[in-house]
Amino acid sequence: MSPWSFFLDHRAEILGATLEHLTLVIVAMAIAMVVGVPLGMFIIQRPTLRTIALGAASIFQTIPSLALFGFLIPIPFIGGIGKRTAIVALVLYALLPILRNTVVGLTGIDHAVLESAEAMGMTPAQILFRVRLPLALAVILAGIRTATVITIGVATIAAAIGAGGLGTFIFRGVALVSDSLILAGAVPAALLALLADFLLSLLERRLRVV
Amino acid sequence: MLLGRSGSGKTTLLRLINRMLVPSSGQVLVEGRATTDWDPIRLRRHIGYVIQEAGLFPHFTVAENVGLVPGLEKWDHTRIAARVEELLELVGLDPHEFSSRRPRQLSGGQRQRVGVARALAADPPILLMDEPFGALDPVTRAELQREFGDLARRLGKTIVFVTHDIREALLLASRIVLLETGRIVASAPPDEFLRLVHPEVQAFTACLGDEPEASA
Repeated sequence: MSPWSFFLDHRAEILGATLEHLTLVIVAMAIAMVVGVPLGMFIIQRPTLRTIALGAASIFQTIPSLALFGFLIPIPFIGGIGKRTAIVALVLYALLPILRNTVVGLTGIDHAVLESAEAMGMTPAQILFRVRLPLALAVILAGIRTATVITIGVATIAAAIGAGGLGTFIFRGVALVSDSLILAGAVPAALLALLADFLLSLLERRLRVV
Repeated sequence: MLLGRSGSGKTTLLRLINRMLVPSSGQVLVEGRATTDWDPIRLRRHIGYVIQEAGLFPHFTVAENVGLVPGLEKWDHTRIAARVEELLELVGLDPHEFSSRRPRQLSGGQRQRVGVARALAADPPILLMDEPFGALDPVTRAELQREFGDLARRLGKTIVFVTHDIREALLLASRIVLLETGRIVASAPPDEFLRLVHPEVQAFTACLGDEPEASA
C-alpha cells in the first residue's frame, strides 16, 4: 500500500493523533513559558541563581529524550506512564531556550537606556516591565519559537511512554517495518513544526520594536 | 562645570549626586540633605539627567520619552501633552513634526535635544549632564552648545556639567572645577581659570592654541 493511500484511509486516526500531539505541545509550552519567562526575569539580577538555573536547564537539554522519558517513569507524582510524565519531560526540554533567551533579551539592552531609566527615578519594577521587557520581547519570542519546534519533535518520542500523539505511528511503523506508518507520524509532525515556526516568526517580526 | 581627563572621576562625581553611586566615606549633600537620607527615587526625579548617547527609550516615541517622568509622577494626560509640546519647542524641535517619531528616526543632534527636553520635563531644580554633546559632529555640537548656553541662562537651574573639552567648559561654565585622578585640583570662574598656574590646568589651556577643534 502506498503511503498516500494509507494516509487517506487512516485520515481520521491521523487527525486525532495530530490533535493529541498538539495538545501535548501546547500544554507543555504553556507551562514552560509560565515558568521560564518569570524565572528569567527573576534571575537576571542574581548571578549565582542565574548560573544554577541556566546550568540545570542545559543539563536537561543534554539528556537523550528517550532516556529522560524513561528516568521519569519511576518518579512519584510526576512520573508514571502517560501524558503527565510526557508533559513534564517536554517542559524540561522547552525550558532552556525560553530561559536563555529571556535572560539574554533582558540583559542585552543598551547600557545608556538602562542608565537613563535609573537616573530618571524609575523603580526597579518599572525598569523591568516598561523598559527591559518590551525591548526583550522579540528575543524572548525567538526562544519560544525554538522551544516550540523542539517540543513538537521530542513529543513524537512521548509515545514510547504511552502519551499518544503522532509518535504512536512512528513507533508502530518501526516495529512493523512499515514506511507508510512511519510517514503517517513523521510528515504531520514535520508540517506542524514548520507551521508553528512560520506563525511565530510572523509574530516575532511584529514585536521587533527597534 | 566638571573638567578633567578620562578616568579623572568626573562621571563618578556626577553619579554621586543622584545616588547612582553611594559615597564610601563622607557624604554628598543635595539641598542640605545627604543623598543617603533621600529616597533614591524621589531624589532622582528631582534631578534631570542627560548622557552622551541620550539614552532615549527606543520603543517610545519622542513625546513618550519626554513625558516619561511627568507620567511617573502621575500628571494627567492633558498636562503632560501640553508640557511635552512646550519642551519640544524650548529645545528647538517642532512638536507636530517630531512628537510621534521614534528615536531611531532622529539625527544625533535631534536625539540630544530630546534628551535635554526629557531631563527638563518635570522641571527639576538640578540638572546633571555627562558630556551631552560629546558624540556629535563639530558643527552640530557648536550649534547645540550655543543654544544650550542661552537656554541654561534662561532656566536659572543648578547645572552640573561634565566635559573633557576645555572650550566647552569656557563657553558654558560659570565655574570650572578641574579634576585630576579623583581630586579637585582647581576651581575658578573661566576667566580666572585661564590664569591659574597648576600644571594640570596648563595642560588643558595648552590645548586651546593648537588645533581649531580639540579631538574627543
